[in-house]
Amino acid sequence: MFPNAFEYVAPASLEEAVQALVRYGDDAKVLAGGQSLLPIMKLRVAAPAVLVDINRIPELAGFREDGQELWVGALTRHATLEWDQDLVPRYPLLGETAGSIADPLVRNRGTIAGSLAHADPAADWGAALLALRGAVTVRGSRGDRRIAIDDLFLDVLTTNLEPDEIITGVHVPRPTGHVAAASLKLERKVGDFAVVGVALHVETGASGAIAQAGIGLAAVGPTSLRAREAETLLVGQQLTPGLIREAADLAAKAADPASDQRGSADYKRDIVRVFVERGLGAVRDRLTGIRAESA
Amino acid sequence: MALEITEPRPMGKPIKRKEDARLVRGQGHYLDDIKLPGMLYLALTRSPYAHARIKRIDTTRAKALPGVHLVLTGEDLAKLNLSWMPTLAGDKQMVLATGKVLFQYQEVAAVVAESRALAEDGAQLVEVEYEPLPVVVDPFRALEPGAPVLREDREEASNRIFHWEVGDQAETDAALRNSAVVVKERIRMPRVHPAPLEPCGCIADYNAARAHLTWYVTSQAPHAHRTVLAMVAGLPEHKIHVISPDIGGGFGNKVPVFPGYVAAIVASLSLNRPVKWVEARTENLTSTNFARDYHMEVQLGADRQGRVTALRVTTLADHGAFDAAADPTKFPAGLFSIVTGSYDFPVAYAEVDGVYTNKAPGGVAYRCSFRVTEASFLIERAMNTLALKLQLDPAELRFRNFIPSERFPYRSPLGWTYDSGNYAATLQKALDMLDYPALRREQAERRARGELMGIGISTFTEIVGAGPSNTFDILGIKMFDSCEIRVHPTGKVIARLGTRHQGQGHETTFAQVIAEELGLTTDDVIVEEGDTDTAPYGLGTYASRSTPTAGGAAALAARRVRDKARKIAAHLLEVRDTEVEWDGERFTAAGAPDRAVGMSEVALAAYTNLPAGMEPGLEATYYYDPPNLTFPNGAYVAVVDIDKGTGAVKVRRFVAVDDCGTVINPMVVDGQIHGGLTEGFAIAFMQEIAFDEEGNCLAPNFMDYLVPTAVETPHWETGRTVTPSPHHPIGAKGVGESPNVGSPAAFANAVVDALGHLGVTNIDIPLFPWKVWEVLRQHGVTE
Ligand SMILES: Cc1cc2nc3c(=O)[nH]c(=O)nc-3n(C[C@H](O)[C@H](O)[C@H](O)COP(=O)(O)OP(=O)(O)OC[C@H]3O[C@@H](n4cnc5c(N)ncnc54)[C@H](O)[C@@H]3O)c2cc1C
Repeated sequence: MFPNAFEYVAPASLEEAVQALVRYGDDAKVLAGGQSLLPIMKLRVAAPAVLVDINRIPELAGFREDGQELWVGALTRHATLEWDQDLVPRYPLLGETAGSIADPLVRNRGTIAGSLAHADPAADWGAALLALRGAVTVRGSRGDRRIAIDDLFLDVLTTNLEPDEIITGVHVPRPTGHVAAASLKLERKVGDFAVVGVALHVETGASGAIAQAGIGLAAVGPTSLRAREAETLLVGQQLTPGLIREAADLAAKAADPASDQRGSADYKRDIVRVFVERGLGAVRDRLTGIRAESA
Repeated sequence: MALEITEPRPMGKPIKRKEDARLVRGQGHYLDDIKLPGMLYLALTRSPYAHARIKRIDTTRAKALPGVHLVLTGEDLAKLNLSWMPTLAGDKQMVLATGKVLFQYQEVAAVVAESRALAEDGAQLVEVEYEPLPVVVDPFRALEPGAPVLREDREEASNRIFHWEVGDQAETDAALRNSAVVVKERIRMPRVHPAPLEPCGCIADYNAARAHLTWYVTSQAPHAHRTVLAMVAGLPEHKIHVISPDIGGGFGNKVPVFPGYVAAIVASLSLNRPVKWVEARTENLTSTNFARDYHMEVQLGADRQGRVTALRVTTLADHGAFDAAADPTKFPAGLFSIVTGSYDFPVAYAEVDGVYTNKAPGGVAYRCSFRVTEASFLIERAMNTLALKLQLDPAELRFRNFIPSERFPYRSPLGWTYDSGNYAATLQKALDMLDYPALRREQAERRARGELMGIGISTFTEIVGAGPSNTFDILGIKMFDSCEIRVHPTGKVIARLGTRHQGQGHETTFAQVIAEELGLTTDDVIVEEGDTDTAPYGLGTYASRSTPTAGGAAALAARRVRDKARKIAAHLLEVRDTEVEWDGERFTAAGAPDRAVGMSEVALAAYTNLPAGMEPGLEATYYYDPPNLTFPNGAYVAVVDIDKGTGAVKVRRFVAVDDCGTVINPMVVDGQIHGGLTEGFAIAFMQEIAFDEEGNCLAPNFMDYLVPTAVETPHWETGRTVTPSPHHPIGAKGVGESPNVGSPAAFANAVVDALGHLGVTNIDIPLFPWKVWEVLRQHGVTE
């Protein structure tokens, strides 16, 4: 199908873009990669009167490491995060996550900030950024503000962004020790949204004990979820099979899935358990490998 | 290695597909590529409800939209007596709804505008007031007393469409009573959709000055469509020109006539301008015909050695709101009576009840010769249950029950005469390709370690090539097919057939058949199909019928050409007709093989140098009425591993040994097998057109109706046995559908086999990971 008729503006600066959003109010929608917005417009589920295309705004492009953080510009495509040779080895969860999204065509267009702004609980970035303890910076008519990832998602397809706010970039803390990650996704076919997704990020300190543990869950609640108790359990510990099993059970308890065509709530919760167990097992193996290499 | 199209004696060789030169370069010419001057676009307003009274339709706003030329409702069509149309199954179907709607996405109004986008805007502006009615989704509920009667237009106050039965019920019941072992199983073949990549569509181009309609349409059966149109719309048949351009996949989806077609034709007739309607993906999946949707119950009897004694099948067929099944007219349940399969059953009985529900109408024969897939799935699943019950290897059980090769032609208890086959050799070949005993040993070892591995066998027999005129017709038209061959003066050939390919490779394979008969190369023969003004009459391409029917016509028409050519050759060689020999490429004088003429010299003579009194030209037409159907068969074996944590099934190996009789082009046959196995895999593991209690379709797009990609698709290993059909002119049986018919049971049997030691005998397809996980959980299996 074709979308309803709409107007199109393509501002060259962030300031103009925010002005356009203020001017058109609820009638306007930001257009980034278009990979979520255009499909729903074609189904006429969404019918914005004005599209504000942010692709020409230079401040939103690129990524860099400043101080304690990695900054990823809002327009960074999934494909960049999948393949960039500076990023992927240092931030393995970014690479693993990006590679499991959709297909190469979608990854070449879709952006990390677009995915977060869309706030689909089944999307992969939300879970990954929870595991990474990320944040976003937004610009609106009242200036800039920073939102921790835990505060971004309110409900299904709902964030705490104001209608005139644009995500300008995503922040990820720089890892300090050894890092290993795993992204596990149950999909019905390649390129499918997750039936259940689990994102794991683990940093170890000098002693080899876990300094940071992040466990993000996709598609098992109204928003992407953090398995907080499981994370707490892991910190300060060594990854043993018993600990991994305990963490997996706790993570499953954090899930709040709904039964649907993709499986019952019980099923999805159990997949969280299985995936956290498998994922932490893989993380342990990777950390062992890294320690062996650096020794 | 594929061979060039200039290869001599092409029969049986892997000649490169002629059509690929344009298709793989994106230079095919599909319906939506056609843009006619002054063309308008049609879009449909559809019902959001599965069952509702229409209180009011207001088209004012739609008509007022600039660029909209016409808005049609059911009331407008009723004035032309076109608000309903007949279905191929002898029922009728609403074109645009009047009074009420009976399924979600039903066609309610049509809007014609300057552009497709405007037409969609207009369709959205049609205001319809509905009063929701109770919805019947479950076909069993539909037959219960007190269920709402959906079809108020019928005299019968019931949702039963038909009751059909075949075989001897009393004898079957008696045999079951006397059987040492009887297994029972409920087997569900869910509603699926052929989902061709190109959806359905048409352009109706009515020219009032010529009183002539040109109708471009995605049609698998253009001649039949023209005749139906002449009968329904009252246009003279010779003033309807149906053109079916390149088709991007049909699989049965493009056999019926759809409401959008009729609406486009009425619009073109009213506006005297070309009108295009092309459905969107969602419209395809939700309204233009589904397939399957059979609820089957089987009882299978056997003696202690596992020899089958009787088969009894009871079926509920969910046809949705209208019986729009695309079956031959006398076969409301298609050829479901092939349900005794490859096994020598002394007696059998099958019954099918067709039922109306608030779902999209159908069903089509999706890559299947009319309910043969349902039948094959049932018997192959039931045999698996019997093997489990008897604790007999499922291969061994089949060897004990196959119809022996020396019993052909074999008369089945449900009335078919199977032409030929060697089932044991075919299964043995598949088992050898896999080293079956080694796999069974591996399975035992893995099981001991708690791993889940399964091997599933399906040894199916199909019935294709409808069909002989004494049995098969569509609305009275006999199901023969045809070929006309013209040999031009330089020996180049144009052949036209009554069929219409959609990717099957006819431009190559039929050229091979004709070239072989005439001593030419595939390159010398152009095959044309799909234009009713040029091609001879035929019933089209579906049900694996093209090679059994039109393929026979092609060989026989070519032989007619050769008969005349022989006379001309005698004249050129200056010998008597009886002294001419054909060596496969040339005519030679008997006893003097160096005196020879080829077909191109003969062709030139047919226009320049004829024997006295002979009619000029070199052409022939053959309308071939096959004496019987053909019975392709095969042995498919799937090997799977199950992930205990997620319930996901990985198909590790899949061997498909097919016997489709004489093989015209082994590469094309492999292509057909690969494609059909991929569809069978999808049906077994990921596809279902499901509905919620309100009748909302839960798979209205490719997000929820899953089509496998190369990533999921298993690697296919193919093999062949060849038992030519004794009655077909070249011994070919048809192959397009075998893989779709035979494979779902192999997959399901493999999964059940992996769980057999837990006491599992059945899991309904599609085998989504969660379903397998539920079964594992019930049996206490976890990771
Ligand atoms: C076939 C297909 C499969 C997919 N599979 C997956 C998958 O497996 N996993 C997954 O995670 N995703 C998947 N996606 C979604 C994909 O990742 C999208 O790219 C992503 O969700 C949206 O990013 P975008 O840049 O395309 O945003 P757009 O579609 O342009 O916008 C999405 C929404 O975010 C808003 N928006 C965009 N950018 C900003 C911004 N900077 N500030 C404020 N608001 C903004 C828009 O207004 C809109 O509401 C799939 C998409 C498709 C088409």
